[in-house]
Amino acid sequence: MSAPGGAASLETLGRLAVSPGRRRKDRLARGAILTATLLALVPLVLIVYYLLRKGLGAWSSDFFTTDPTGSTFFKNSNIGGIKSAILGTIEMVALASAIAVPIGVAVAVWLVEYGRDSLFANVVRFFVDVLTGVPSIVFGLFVYIVLIVGTGTSYAGWKGSIALSLLMLPVVVRSAEVILNLVPNGLRESALALGAPRWRVVGRIVLPTALPGMVTGVLLAVARAAGETAPLLFTAAYTHETTTNLGSFMNSLPVQIYTDVTSPTPRVVERAWGAALTLVLLILVLNMVARLVSRRSRLA
Amino acid sequence: MSSTRPDEHVTDMDPDSTPETARRQPEDATASGVPAADGVRAPIVAPQARERAATTPSKKAVAVKLDGLRAFYGDAEQVKGIDLQFNANEVTAIIGPSGCGKSTMVRCINRMHEEIPGAHAEGRVLLDDVDVYGAGADVVAVRRAIGMVFQKPNPFPTMSIFDNVAAGLRLTARRGEVPEKVERALRGAGLWEEVSDRLSEPGAGLSGGQQQRLCIARSLAVEPEVLLMDEPCSALDPIATLKIEELIDELKQRVTIVIVTHNMQQAARVADRTAFMLAGELVEVGATQEIFTKPTDSRTEEYVTGKFG
Amino acid sequence: MEAASITGGDRGLLSRSPLARFPDRALKWGLTVLAGLILVLIVYFFVRLFDESRPAFEQQGVFAFVFEDNWNPGAGHFGALPLVVGTLITSALALLIGVPVAVAAALYTSELSPRRFRAPLMILVELLAAVPSVVYGLWGIFYLAPKLHPAEVWFSETFSFIPFVGGGIVTIPNCFIAGLVLAIMILPIVSAISREVMSTVPPDHKEAALALGATRWEMIRISILPYCRSGIVGGAMLGLGRAIGETIAVTILIGGSTQMVQNLFGQSNSLAAVIANEFGEAQGTHRSALFACGLVLFVLTLLVNGIARWFVVRAGRAAGPPRAEEHRTGAATAALAADTAAGA
Repeated sequence: MSAPGGAASLETLGRLAVSPGRRRKDRLARGAILTATLLALVPLVLIVYYLLRKGLGAWSSDFFTTDPTGSTFFKNSNIGGIKSAILGTIEMVALASAIAVPIGVAVAVWLVEYGRDSLFANVVRFFVDVLTGVPSIVFGLFVYIVLIVGTGTSYAGWKGSIALSLLMLPVVVRSAEVILNLVPNGLRESALALGAPRWRVVGRIVLPTALPGMVTGVLLAVARAAGETAPLLFTAAYTHETTTNLGSFMNSLPVQIYTDVTSPTPRVVERAWGAALTLVLLILVLNMVARLVSRRSRLA
Repeated sequence: MSSTRPDEHVTDMDPDSTPETARRQPEDATASGVPAADGVRAPIVAPQARERAATTPSKKAVAVKLDGLRAFYGDAEQVKGIDLQFNANEVTAIIGPSGCGKSTMVRCINRMHEEIPGAHAEGRVLLDDVDVYGAGADVVAVRRAIGMVFQKPNPFPTMSIFDNVAAGLRLTARRGEVPEKVERALRGAGLWEEVSDRLSEPGAGLSGGQQQRLCIARSLAVEPEVLLMDEPCSALDPIATLKIEELIDELKQRVTIVIVTHNMQQAARVADRTAFMLAGELVEVGATQEIFTKPTDSRTEEYVTGKFG
Repeated sequence: MEAASITGGDRGLLSRSPLARFPDRALKWGLTVLAGLILVLIVYFFVRLFDESRPAFEQQGVFAFVFEDNWNPGAGHFGALPLVVGTLITSALALLIGVPVAVAAALYTSELSPRRFRAPLMILVELLAAVPSVVYGLWGIFYLAPKLHPAEVWFSETFSFIPFVGGGIVTIPNCFIAGLVLAIMILPIVSAISREVMSTVPPDHKEAALALGATRWEMIRISILPYCRSGIVGGAMLGLGRAIGETIAVTILIGGSTQMVQNLFGQSNSLAAVIANEFGEAQGTHRSALFACGLVLFVLTLLVNGIARWFVVRAGRAAGPPRAEEHRTGAATAALAADTAAGA
C-alpha cells in the first residue's frame, strides 16, 4: 500500500540532511576532544620511555647492593649504588604503615559502625577531609616542630615514619570508610539478630568481608607514602649508610633522588634516574597488587 | 526471515473518509480525525482547541511506512520483520504485552535504537518514500523530522521553561525566530496559558503532567512531521493523562502520531488505527474500532479481552 | 559464628553481665576517643605552627609578611609576596592547561570513545598519578625543560610586546615549566572526578537531546556539561589545592629566585619551594619565616579544599538522593585513587 503523498519529493530528500556548518562544528569539537585526550597521554609515554632509557643504564647488581658513597664530585670516584635508599624507604614506610593502618582502620570503623551520622562523626569526617588536602611538606614541618625542636633531639628515621603516617592516615580512613559502607547492612543485621554483640559483628563479619577492599586502600596509601620526599627532608634527613637503627638519620629513595638531581656529575644524575626507575616500579607494583586484590573483593 | 503480511482492515466507519479529507479541514475544530458517522467515540473537543488550531499553520504531515523492519540487540532479534504503515495525520496506537518489542520498534523509526551499544536495525523506514536508514539520510536530520516523547517526562534540569522549549530550536533556527516559535509550540502543547508568566522558571519545577506537556512542546518546536510517543502517560495521574489525550487529538492535525501504550482503553480513546504486536511480530493492524470489537486473529482477541498480557 | 552466650542462671534471660558488655563499651569509647584525637591533632598542628611562625609575624606584621615584596633573608627581610605570587601563577597555569585537557579526556572516555577503549584509557590517565613528585621534577628538568626551551625562546621573542609573557630572559628552570608539569600532575584527579560526575547524568536527558535532532557535540553541550558544572568545578578546585601545595617538583623546576617573578619564562619561587630550598641553612627569624610560609600554605589549601568539597557534594546532591550516596562514594573512591598520587 503506497503512502499518500506519492513519490519521494525533493523537499523530503533535502530535509534529511544536516547543515554542513553544524556537521563541521560537531566534527571539530570531537576532534578537539580526542586531541586533548591524546595530549593527556603523551606525558605518560614520555616519562615511561625516558625512565627506562636513562634508568636501565644505571642498573647493575652493584647498584642495588652498595650504598651511595659521599664522594660525588670527582669524576673517577666510585659513587656507589642506592642500597641504603631502598632499605630506608622500606623500613620507614613499614613503620609508618604499622602506625597509620591500625589507627586509620579503627577510626573508619568508629565512623561507620558507631559514630554514623552524629554531629561529632561528621566533624571528624570533615577534619579527616581537611587532612587529605594538607600539603605533605606541612606534615614534615609539623613533625619537625614537635619532635625535633620540641624535644631538642635530632633527625631520625622513626620521625620520618611519623610524618609519613600522618600523610597516610586520611587516605586509609577514607578508603576504609568507603569500603565499610559498602558492606551490606543486611549482613550486620542478621548477625545482630542472632544475638551477637556489636564488637563481634564488626570483628567477625564486617571486617573480614571488607578486608580485600581495605587492603587495596592500604596499598594505595603505602604507594603514596613511598614516593614522598618533602616530609622526609626535615625529619629523617639524609645519610649514606644503610642502617637499621630507626633512631638515626635514614636514607630513602625519594630523598636520594632529590639530592642527586642537583648534582653536576652526570654519573650521579644517572644514578638518580636509576633510583627513579626503581621507585616508580615499586609504586607500580603496589598499585597493580592493589588492583588485583580489589578484584577479589566481594563488594563493589 | 520472511515477514507475514498482517491482516489489514482497510476501511473504518466512513468509507469516504481518507487522510486527505481530514487534512483539508485543519481549522474545523470538530474534525478531530473522527469521521462523523462514527458513533463509537465522542469527539474530544476543548474550547481552546479552536484557538489552538487557528494559531498553528497547516503543515503537511507525512506518512511513515515500515518495510521489513528488524531490530537486534547484538545477535538477539527483538523485532522480527514488520511491514506497517502509519497514515498521515492519524494516530496509530501500538499495543501488546510487555516485552513484545513495541518500544524497540518505535525507537527504530527515529533511529534512537542504534544509540544502544551493540544494537542495530535492518529493513527500511520510509518517511514519505525516503528511507531514513538510507545513504542520503543524516540521522540528526531524521530525528528533527521525527520527534519523540518519552515515558518519563525529562525536561532539561538546568534550563528554564523557555530554554527547554528552545533547546532544539536553537540548533537550527535564527535568533529572532526563537521566541515566536517557543510560544507557538507551548500553545500547541496546551501549556501556554499556564506558564506564559513564568517562562524563566526552571522546567523541572512543573508538575508531572505539565512537564510532559513541556516535553511535547519541546518536540513540537522543531516542527517535526511525525511524533512518536512511548507510553507518554504511564507516569502521570488520570487528570494529566486526560489532558494529554485531548492534546493528541488536536496534534494529529499537524503531525502523524504513533503512540505506544499498554493501556487498551487509552488506545481506544485516542487512536484511529491500532496495531497489535506479540513477541516481536506484528499480528494485526486495523481501525481501532475493528481491533477491539471484531479482531481477526485469535491472539488479538485473547489480548484485548484480557486473557493475557 | 557463635552467638553471644546469654547468661542464664541468676540473671534474667534477657540481660547480659557487665563483663559481657565490656568489650562493646570499651570498643565504643576507645574508638570515640581515638576519633576525637584526630581533631585534637589538627588543632594542635595549627597552634604549634602558628607559634613557631610568631617571631616572623612579630617582626613584619602578618599583613606585611604576605603582601610585602622583599624576600631577603640575608638582610632579615621577610616579605613573602614574591612567593605568594609565584605560587598563584604556577597554580593558575596548572589550572589553565590542566583542567580543559582533563575535562576533555573525561568527556572522551565517558561519551565518545569506543567501549573497549574506555577502561584502558581510564587506567592510563590514572597511572599519571602513580608517578611521584620527585620523578616529575627529575623528568621535567632533564627532559621537558631543555626540550621546550627553544620553543619558549621563540614564543618569548615573537610575543615580546605582551608584558610578562614575552620579551624577558628565558631560563631553563622557569615559571612556565613548573606550571606545565603541575598541570600534568593534576590531570588524574580532575579527570577522575569529572568522569565520575559525567557518569551520573541520567540517560533520559541525553536521549532527549538526541531525539530533538542534536549532533553528539550538541548533546554534550546541552545535556552533559551544564549538568556536570558543579562537579567539574569541584574537581578543578581539588586540583588547585594539589597544585598550591606541591613542593618537590616545583622546587626543582621553578628556579628558586627570591625576586618577584619578572616574566613567564623566568625564574620564580613558591611558598612550598622556598621552604624546601632554604630550610637547611635557616636560623632564627629566617626559620620562623619559613614556618610562616608553611602556615600560609596550610590556610590556603584548607580554604581551597573546603570550597572544592562543597562543590563536589553539591554535584552529588544534584544527582538525587538515592544515587547521590553511591556516587558520592564513587566520587570518593575516584578521588581517592587520584589522591593517592605519590608525592606532593
